[in-house]
Amino acid sequence: MTTKKEIAISIENLHKTFRLPHEQHSGLKQMVIGALRRNRKKGYELHHVLKGLDFEIEAGDFFGIVGRNGSGKSTLLKTLAGIYSPDKGAVQVNGTLVPFIELGVGFNPELTGRENVFLNGALLGFSRDEMSAMYEDIVKFAELAKFMDQKLKNYSSGMQVRLAFSIAIRANADILLLDEVLAVGDESFQRKCFQYFAELKKNNKTVILVTHDMDAVQRFCDKAIMIEKGKIVASGRSSEVAQKYRELFAADSNIPQSTTKKQNRDGTIETDFIQAKINLRKTSEKLTFDITVRQKKPLKEDSIVALGLIRDTGEQVFRWASDEKTKDVLSFDPAHITLELQNIFPEGTYDILFVVKSRDRSEDYGTFTDILQFEIESRTDHPWDTYWKPQERFTIEPSKVGGR
Amino acid sequence: MKLSNILSRQNRILLRELVITDFKLRYQGSVLGYIWSLLKPLMLFAIMFVVFVHFMRFGAGIPHFAISLLLGLVLWTFFNESTNQGMQAIVNRGDLIRKINFPKYIIVISGTISALINLGLNLLVVFVFMMFDGVQIGWSFLLFPVTLVIIYAFSLGLAFFLAAAYVKYRDISHLWEVFLQGLFYATPIIYPLQMVIDKGGDFAAQILMLSPIAVLFQQARADVLGHEYMITASQLSDNIFYLAFPYVVVASVIVLAIFYFKKNQKYFAERV
Repeated sequence: MTTKKEIAISIENLHKTFRLPHEQHSGLKQMVIGALRRNRKKGYELHHVLKGLDFEIEAGDFFGIVGRNGSGKSTLLKTLAGIYSPDKGAVQVNGTLVPFIELGVGFNPELTGRENVFLNGALLGFSRDEMSAMYEDIVKFAELAKFMDQKLKNYSSGMQVRLAFSIAIRANADILLLDEVLAVGDESFQRKCFQYFAELKKNNKTVILVTHDMDAVQRFCDKAIMIEKGKIVASGRSSEVAQKYRELFAADSNIPQSTTKKQNRDGTIETDFIQAKINLRKTSEKLTFDITVRQKKPLKEDSIVALGLIRDTGEQVFRWASDEKTKDVLSFDPAHITLELQNIFPEGTYDILFVVKSRDRSEDYGTFTDILQFEIESRTDHPWDTYWKPQERFTIEPSKVGGR
Repeated sequence: MKLSNILSRQNRILLRELVITDFKLRYQGSVLGYIWSLLKPLMLFAIMFVVFVHFMRFGAGIPHFAISLLLGLVLWTFFNESTNQGMQAIVNRGDLIRKINFPKYIIVISGTISALINLGLNLLVVFVFMMFDGVQIGWSFLLFPVTLVIIYAFSLGLAFFLAAAYVKYRDISHLWEVFLQGLFYATPIIYPLQMVIDKGGDFAAQILMLSPIAVLFQQARADVLGHEYMITASQLSDNIFYLAFPYVVVASVIVLAIFYFKKNQKYFAERV
């Protein structure tokens, strides 16, 4: 690519320091005492959160910011949003920016859903008339038609975030800031969000995602940076940064982690823990995945196996994971899983996401993308709709290949 | 805070929604709802009237003293409400400020606007009473809106200062409460200025009328009731500096408050 892209956000030598008061500082007493004391001890401590960040985000990027708790990523996000002002350095934003930092900014629990829509809309710069015009769409997208005249305090957190998200996406901003919003909402809503993200990508909008979820970073982001103790410690392609993040965690907490990773484009993968082979049989009616998993070391009892289909738009159109009913999926060694899906997927090039981890997610036995690519041709018999879930059928048995 | 930006389209939309929300929330769960914003000053007026006019005979011999008392109370209610709501505005909307970037002064203005709406409603009641009391409205009434604008600007200026200071020092709210209590008695509201002249002489009255609030309130009542009934600052002295002093105070408060607010507003999100 030789065309130079526009810069959406550029950060130069960004510093941010907070004053942390020692005790209750926000009082005149403190000020008077401070003034009376000869050796005026400062009533606060300086906390240097961002220590000189430099990076650029190009327009149209899906940009991930990752880092541990307390690493400074939320401070960075708030500085990008103009909520905090930098002590030193410069933040330059080209275009309109909408932050989506927490569930429903300005939502008031004592107001009804409807009233909150208008209030929240005003914060995004929409007049009453404009909001009235969009109101039906918002409610439909949030799937909350029945609840709009109830007070917000009676909403579940999932409902609140759905409403908030449905309004936020109307903002039609050039740059969208998202902080851990993927964590809430059920699967069907998440899928809608992902579809929306894919649309944003297509329209050359810039999205900045702050998250702990490395799967999400790999799935959506093109590029990412990792922040540790207020500095950028890794930047580049999202998969590389995600890998570094996992290593950082592994190094710190002795969590068993797959360190050596081997993978082939033909669906053969290997880590310290497992060896697996994925085969795909494809017809215009069905997609059949044959998965064989061998354990090189004993895995935790109730480990899960998950498989996702990722379209070239970045959208995850389908995800299967072994659930409660199938939690003994890895009690066989080797285990053979057959997953049969009704082929209703839209045309495009697909990639597979394959994950084996312990149910509590403390141990990652292997997370893979780019292992098996396949095409789905254009078709007219099944127009794609995100509400659809393909019929699925799966069987688990000791592998026929060299079974015991 | 460029002047052209203050009332940009986006800011007007936001201001409107914030005011509507404030109004909705204030009387939520009360049976009489908005009527309370009318009833409160009226009830206060009834008490003051019985105590000071009926028993203590404060305004005896002064025409339209009841109206003057009512108007004074209504204006005081406005001053009290707008400065207090303006002061609390930033802190109360902390959740908003921490999550989205928007002009902070909008919240302070919205706090004073709901007080302004109440003032409008209350003034209607005052005018009804005036009709019953047979007050003749003269040319001086044309000055009344001007006086109101100055009172509003002064309240808004104070609100800006208080709002920014309150983020840093939470003691401000207690101090302001006490200060307001003192100012209430230092302003000829429940007693006529004539009483001060009778008991303490011209000098005492001149001291009282250094306060911008006293001057503006007397002016407002003179505008409504006619200058022959109300003693204004110009009847106490013809020294131009003396007469200008309260207005200089008003102007300086507004300028300094805006300066202080602008200087501190970028830290609201992290301190609030």
